[in-house]
Amino acid sequence: MTGEKLPREVIAMRVAQELQDGDVVNLGIGIPSLCSQFVPAGRTVFYHSESGVLNYGPMAEEGQEDQDLINASGQFLAPVLGMSFFDSSAAFAMIRGGHIDVTVLGALQVSQNGDLANWMIPSRGIGNVGGAMDLAVGAKRVIVCMEHTDRGGNPKIVSTCTFPLTCQTCVDLIVTDIAVISVSPKGLILLETAPGWSPRDVQEHTEAELIVSSELKDIAL
Amino acid sequence: MSFVPLGVVNKLNKVFSSFEEAVSDIQDGSVLMVDGFAGPGGTSQNLIRALRDLGPRDLTIVSNTAGLASVTGFGTIAGDIPIDIGILVDNEQVKKIIASFPVSPSPSRPTSFENAYKKGLVELELVPQGTLAERIRAGGAGIAAFYTPTGVGTLVSEGKETRVFNGKEFVLEHALHADFALIRGYKADTIGNLTFRGTSMNFNGVMVTAAETTIVEVDDIVEPGEIDSYRIDTPGLYVNRLVKV
Repeated sequence: MTGEKLPREVIAMRVAQELQDGDVVNLGIGIPSLCSQFVPAGRTVFYHSESGVLNYGPMAEEGQEDQDLINASGQFLAPVLGMSFFDSSAAFAMIRGGHIDVTVLGALQVSQNGDLANWMIPSRGIGNVGGAMDLAVGAKRVIVCMEHTDRGGNPKIVSTCTFPLTCQTCVDLIVTDIAVISVSPKGLILLETAPGWSPRDVQEHTEAELIVSSELKDIAL
Repeated sequence: MSFVPLGVVNKLNKVFSSFEEAVSDIQDGSVLMVDGFAGPGGTSQNLIRALRDLGPRDLTIVSNTAGLASVTGFGTIAGDIPIDIGILVDNEQVKKIIASFPVSPSPSRPTSFENAYKKGLVELELVPQGTLAERIRAGGAGIAAFYTPTGVGTLVSEGKETRVFNGKEFVLEHALHADFALIRGYKADTIGNLTFRGTSMNFNGVMVTAAETTIVEVDDIVEPGEIDSYRIDTPGLYVNRLVKV
């Protein structure tokens, strides 16, 4: 009997532990956008968005929305002291130039060598690249957070991506609803499992081969 | 620092009295840059509407999206009905879109562009967002092409020249130019010095440099000196036409 899958907020909480004091962080759409709520107390994280803003904080309160104050997910931001604004070429110079410490992205598939596919489901015939290719190639550390399998139960951590790639060998850490896995030159290392999940349970939901860490532990928050 | 008045500035006459007049010479087959990232903030909605009414066809439009705020409500305050370049697609004026985020995130809510694309009525050149911004910047800055690491080994670099620098692979991307840019600014002075407001700067701040004729709609047009010179985002030489909203 395996344990429960972790809810989206708990995945975001686990990712938030990875964000260090002073990091400049870009959060993608979906579960990644939840991470900012859960940064451990005492750490200051500076958020960057492709919409051309650095150092945003909470979302705007209802009735206070300003259409000239959005992040790349289209969320309305509250004005905070210390914000700065810039054009899109500067926003991406920051990304490609290695000035973003961590990006957190969603994914459709991640391969065992760290390839990322997150922009197009082939059956639709068209997709949105947006800023994902730039973030994946430019950020110093790429964390993927996602459900471990798709809605049909198919593994999303695969030996080779079958969906169109976003970036080759770019992912550093994968946080899912059942496991935390690092991408290393040796392969995928299973670092943590959700309570009640054994390494074998996780492997059964994973197409790529996992190497179980000698320091394997439960996901703790 | 104390600034003294500049003479003869009124002869430049960059200020137009209507959106219709400001876009009146946009012809069939023109290449346009139009943006607002994805929401109504920073979208030149009045110029887009005037362009729809004027009706030039076979347009190529460089834009971050292919128009999605009107369908998805992206960045749109409740109750607002934003205008985006989807109205030009609906009016069959668009031949090609060059964009990074061309469709609605949700397949169940297709945009005008996606419907037209699936019927084969409009072409798409898909470009990563940072590459799009840099191609526009290069176009405005006299750079023919550049090597970027973005997109290497993906569909967007297929058929393109690649080169290895310091052991890392890069792909060659070419500059983008336009005949006209339709820009949304915040405040301008009569000689074209321009400011933007918040995240409305985004692609506007770079597209303003890359067109033969740059047309800007703004909240306010003031005399030179009324905008703090230390706070001007875009120097006036990039701006050809101004219209107050």
